[in-house]
Amino acid sequence: MHFQFITLNNHLQYILFLADSTLILSQRNSEWCAHGPILEQDIAITNISLDLLGQARNFYQHAANLLNQSNANGETVSEDSLAYLRNEREFKNLLITELPNGDWAQTILRQFFFSVYQHLLYSRLLKSEDKQIAAIAEKSLKEITYHIKWSREWVVRLGDGTEESNRRIKAALDYLWMYTGEFFIPATFEESDPSSLREQWLETIKEVFEEATLELPAGGFMQQGGKTGNHTEYLGYILAEMQTLQRTYPGAEW
Amino acid sequence: MNIQIRKFYYGDIPEDAGGSGSSAQQPVTNGTAWPLWEVFIRSKQGLDHKHAGSLHAADAAMAIENARDVYTRRQEGVSIWVVESKYIHASNPDEAESFYEPAADKVYRHPSFYDLPDEVKHM
Repeated sequence: MHFQFITLNNHLQYILFLADSTLILSQRNSEWCAHGPILEQDIAITNISLDLLGQARNFYQHAANLLNQSNANGETVSEDSLAYLRNEREFKNLLITELPNGDWAQTILRQFFFSVYQHLLYSRLLKSEDKQIAAIAEKSLKEITYHIKWSREWVVRLGDGTEESNRRIKAALDYLWMYTGEFFIPATFEESDPSSLREQWLETIKEVFEEATLELPAGGFMQQGGKTGNHTEYLGYILAEMQTLQRTYPGAEW
Repeated sequence: MNIQIRKFYYGDIPEDAGGSGSSAQQPVTNGTAWPLWEVFIRSKQGLDHKHAGSLHAADAAMAIENARDVYTRRQEGVSIWVVESKYIHASNPDEAESFYEPAADKVYRHPSFYDLPDEVKHM
């Protein structure tokens, strides 16, 4: 399977961008499994990880269907081959999703930033001309609404908690902030301009930060590149772990 | 090491095991542990909330979310109640003899000693 030789139209690239971002964040969150700070929260973050994985699968299955329809004579692709057999440069996930989990505060704050963005984006996808995309967005929004509620409460709890929790979430904010700009920097394949989501996103973040006694950073330099396949050094390691089984035993099933 | 294991049955949780209060009989928890909550779930077909189990949480909002994640992930319910375990007062198992046994020989308390006229159906 040589994905680099398949020309992907913008729509397919867009679906893969949606799929990759949810898959990689799911993979990251799943690292908490059995390592959560307390049993109940271990289950909570793992549930979120599974929600994201379900969303990723829906997008990959849809992309595979479209690819197979347009590529009737070639090799068929599947959700598995799209997830397990593409290389680092072919992944279009947002950089923020591939960053290390850090501590609980960093994981929580990333989830909060991502979920608020995802909610705005998917609300827009409800009107997508691709009915399948609209349907996936509709199903996912129910999950995302809960992810926001859950992560929002944690941000407030940590920000307005103890001296240590406040210090930790501030450190997380310092680390993550420069990766939030990429949400709103449009890539050529994006079907509607995400820069117009920025204002609403900031408004929600600001409102929660006020409650959490956190200060909203003022702009600053923003990282980008994930959408076009230019990743941080972390993605390679994630893919190595995630893909090793399918690459070692192609087509393995259980 | 002074680990003391106490087994509780549903409805028999002593006040000192509620979680937030620290007493000498609670050697396993420390001062920063989250309190214990009892979870009640109403299933889709059910009319009443049934005791599902217990969990730890920092406050009521977190307890409901934890209950959602722990006890309804397989579609077990459509409504959740939580109550901090320390607010549940339980009868003392040691008093079982005086509490429950006196009812054993009072069969006449069951409404099964009336002669029903034939006209009355469905009783």
